Amino acid sequence: MLITCPYCGPRDVVEFTYQGDGNRERPDPASQNFEAWNAYVYDRLNPAGDHNEIWQHSGGCRAHLRVVRNTLTHEILSVAFIRGAHTSTARRKAEDKS
Amino acid sequence: MVERQSPLEPEFHIGSHGNFEHGVEIILTETGPGSIVQLAAWPGEEKKLIAAIRTVTGLALPDGAGGGLSDGMKSVFGFAPGKFTVADEAEGLAGAFAKAVTPAIGTVTDLSHGRTAIRIAGPKAEWVLAKFFAIDFALPAFPVGAGRSTAHHDVFAQIQRTGSDQFDIYVFRSFARSFWKALCHASEEVGYEVQ
Ligand SMILES: [Zn+2]
Repeated sequence: MLITCPYCGPRDVVEFTYQGDGNRERPDPASQNFEAWNAYVYDRLNPAGDHNEIWQHSGGCRAHLRVVRNTLTHEILSVAFIRGAHTSTARRKAEDKS
Repeated sequence: MVERQSPLEPEFHIGSHGNFEHGVEIILTETGPGSIVQLAAWPGEEKKLIAAIRTVTGLALPDGAGGGLSDGMKSVFGFAPGKFTVADEAEGLAGAFAKAVTPAIGTVTDLSHGRTAIRIAGPKAEWVLAKFFAIDFALPAFPVGAGRSTAHHDVFAQIQRTGSDQFDIYVFRSFARSFWKALCHASEEVGYEVQ
């Protein structure tokens, strides 16, 4: 399985660390809404198909990534920085032309 | 000045080794830069950091992820969004950057004693490195000057291409000797010389 890091390019999955379901929404840390916390900690969609996931390129640039992966085929449908790409140095482009 | 000890020393054997009867196709050296510094820009401050790198080193970073260059004495390359590794033959780079990179721009981390820089050169450099790292070492995909962050098993490595058949590999000092030994073993089949 290859994940194309927006900074590093295509890399083997062993360079990445799975950081969980990307559909969760963390309640305000001060919140005492137990249902919201319960949903955050335990509820998972577990779809047979496209799944929003959080990965870290821990064996590379160490950026945190938002990945859409198909749980049936392992196809990677999209990869993006969790923190928005802010500058020209954040994207692989000029180098590909050289 | 105090001489810095190399972590490779017990396994560093000058001379030709392995299958070199038909010539040596790999040259292994420790570049031993006086300074290795890691710089990180706060979000939105990348351009100021790149300007500071130019002020301190005279090196103008090319645009794009993993872009870099080397003038033989000083080297710089991007290894992550907004983050750069800079090495200098001379000591004192961290001090110079501490003045140029203000707390509003980003951070300066002195890794001079934390990383070991190993140079692999020769016609089979791409071949040997391809046995270690699952990245594309071909020149069009990995141009001269560019940097890459990757890992060999658990040994995190930053690699800069400093020539068409030459790469500088920055590894954790504590892993450097075992990595060096592995590099020597991997070079045996093509014949290598330690200089
Ligand atoms: Zn990456």
